[in-house]
Amino acid sequence: MSLWLAVLVACALAFGTKLAGFLVPHHWLEGERMRRVTGLLPVALLSSLVVVQAIGGPGGSLVADARIVAVAVAVVALLLRAPFILVVALGAATAALLRSLGWP
Amino acid sequence: MTSASTQVRRQSLSVGIATGAYGVSFGALGVASGLDVWQTCALSALMFTGGSQFAFVGVIGAGGAGLSAIATATLLGVRNGLYALQVRELLGVRGWRRAVAAQLTIDESTAVGIAQETDPLARQGFWQTGLAVFVFWNAFTLLGAVLGNALGDPRRWGLDAAAAAAFCALLWPRLHSRPTAVTAAVAVVLTVLVVPRAPAGIPVLVAGLAAVLVGWSRPAAPDDDPGVAPEPGPAPRDGER
Repeated sequence: MSLWLAVLVACALAFGTKLAGFLVPHHWLEGERMRRVTGLLPVALLSSLVVVQAIGGPGGSLVADARIVAVAVAVVALLLRAPFILVVALGAATAALLRSLGWP
Repeated sequence: MTSASTQVRRQSLSVGIATGAYGVSFGALGVASGLDVWQTCALSALMFTGGSQFAFVGVIGAGGAGLSAIATATLLGVRNGLYALQVRELLGVRGWRRAVAAQLTIDESTAVGIAQETDPLARQGFWQTGLAVFVFWNAFTLLGAVLGNALGDPRRWGLDAAAAAAFCALLWPRLHSRPTAVTAAVAVVLTVLVVPRAPAGIPVLVAGLAAVLVGWSRPAAPDDDPGVAPEPGPAPRDGER
């Protein structure tokens, strides 16, 4: 699948999901359990993405490099209630600094 | 214009600028993940939901297949459909306006909208926040993509670590109860188990099972309601000032 096609299909599905909320009958998503599962879905996916981005290496390996230190710094920044953009910048700066010092 | 309405306008604008500003990081990460400037900008204009966009480029950047990226982004976007259910009575839109309202239905517009005390103010908050975020998010995405292209090797600038930090910051405000913490822990374990055994992109989808396991098995409890998680950090806090 070409990258452009993937981009456009994903965009269409994102829009379709939003629009569905305006069009479907209310009772479709009223189930208590269904509501809990959909509410928890972002937490599960984002947690997984943190792991993949922090320690995922080439070919399914798990590696500890500058990224994991960057994540630790980001968590400290979040504990100190830093805004999003600062958290991201601190993460990047940490990894860039460590790599300039010769870390992997 | 009443003072309450002025206040909502200011709140919408500040949320729009604060949220839009980190479009720079999305733009830079997009091109670092192997998308070109236009593909990155297309995601911001057409997908227009930050978490899904970061997830899409994250999976592609990790070498995942297009289908995995599509599935991850779509699952993360499911909450927008739930927001739409919450705001549609409030907005009372008909015909083609429903399509416009749908595109602007994201964490920030929903949060600012439903936080207002009267229906007219809620409608104003939704539309103004949605439009402000849309304008700034797209402008800053283009800026970030162009800058990111000029930077060269993304690892040298720590852009791969920036992605991990971004997902942390997106996750953080959602970890507000026991079920969310349990879900996160199960998802982490599943990911670590699956990463060595499956192609890139699949572990994230398997981790989605954590939400099914926890959400399905737990009896209802008062702190269970995930509600509208104020996604990217700055928005609601800044807005309340």
